[in-house]
Amino acid sequence: MSQVKQILLTPLFENNPIALQILGVCSALAVTTQLSVTLVMCLALTTVTAFSNLFISMIRNHMPSSIRIIVQMTIIASLVIAVDQFLQAFAYDISKNLSVFVGLIITNCIVMGRAEAFAMKNPPALSFLDGIGNGMGYSLVLIVVASIRELFGSGSLLGFQILPLIENGGWYQANGLMLLSPSAFFIIGFLIWALRSVKKDQIETREFRMAPHSAEEGAF
Amino acid sequence: MEQLLNLFVKAVFIENMALQMFLGMCTFLAVSKKIETAIGLGIAVMVVQVITVPANNLIFNHLLREGALDWLGMPEMSLQFLGFLCYIGVIAAIVQILEMFLDKYVPALYNALGVFLPLITVNCAILGSTLLMVERDYSFPESVAFGLGSGFGWALAIVALAGIREKLKYSDVPEGLRGLGITFITVGLMSLGFMSLSGVSL
Repeated sequence: MSQVKQILLTPLFENNPIALQILGVCSALAVTTQLSVTLVMCLALTTVTAFSNLFISMIRNHMPSSIRIIVQMTIIASLVIAVDQFLQAFAYDISKNLSVFVGLIITNCIVMGRAEAFAMKNPPALSFLDGIGNGMGYSLVLIVVASIRELFGSGSLLGFQILPLIENGGWYQANGLMLLSPSAFFIIGFLIWALRSVKKDQIETREFRMAPHSAEEGAF
Repeated sequence: MEQLLNLFVKAVFIENMALQMFLGMCTFLAVSKKIETAIGLGIAVMVVQVITVPANNLIFNHLLREGALDWLGMPEMSLQFLGFLCYIGVIAAIVQILEMFLDKYVPALYNALGVFLPLITVNCAILGSTLLMVERDYSFPESVAFGLGSGFGWALAIVALAGIREKLKYSDVPEGLRGLGITFITVGLMSLGFMSLSGVSL
């Protein structure tokens, strides 16, 4: 039981796919201007990761290792096609809004990375949970970024107006920068800073150390 | 011709793959510590991009799109749902063929690109520009210009970032921002810089 809990919860903070492993960053930046779109994307990615982990883990002992990448790719691409068709059928507007990014789940490094790193070595049930855990770690970062961007960029959350805009007689002047691409980089950069201030062990080592001031050292 | 040139300029500066469309970020952040490796990877992406985008354009227009299979007597058939699987297959195959071809005939370039070629298969910039090409319904010449432009734009961005990061390692960055954090913020500033080019057209 504790193992299940560990597999599900470590990707949230301890080993977050975006903040620590640098996986799956592309879509994290691009689909976060509206919270509702983000939620759909998170759901899609979590589903694909969980099921690709499950299926790859099921056939892991029968797969020749020389062709494993192409087999994994095919499984992932088929799952993404299923998700894409589902979205086009039941949530057409959101699927238009996500445009190419549903297709790009295929090359999202989280899916490939977890398949290689976890599903190839572990039984199906655990791999499925690992997929869900990593999907949640990804979703956590995306939801935080999307909430900040939508709240300050257009004063609303999930389409409901929270901060009344000046144009509509309120007091809040919408911050247009939040809806543009650079803000996504800044927000994720600061999130990483916040996370690493709490979890000191994630701080990266210095590549280059400045020599101590020679006069100071010699004189005292 | 002018229209193609315009498309190229737009793909390089205004819709820069890395800085405005956020594609290929994983490799963009991970392999930008040294200028030499960044140049190698940039060239590799550009080469693959120029070949795969037009190739996928042909596949889309002559096999997958609705009505493309008219010559088989099936005018209403649309295989668009197979798109993702075909495109990624084509990309993986072309990267593999390119690798073998370079190994045999241009060993110097093969050694220079080295480990980056296989990595490119899973670079979202490549698949991303193919999907954008399909979504915007480019013709064949347009897809060549778009492939070249998006590849060049990506290469430009990664080389620029590598240049900044080489200098940045001597700076005294707050502990929590060190490494990944400050890289994100640098990329954000670069993206702001590129935004000033929006509206440029020939």
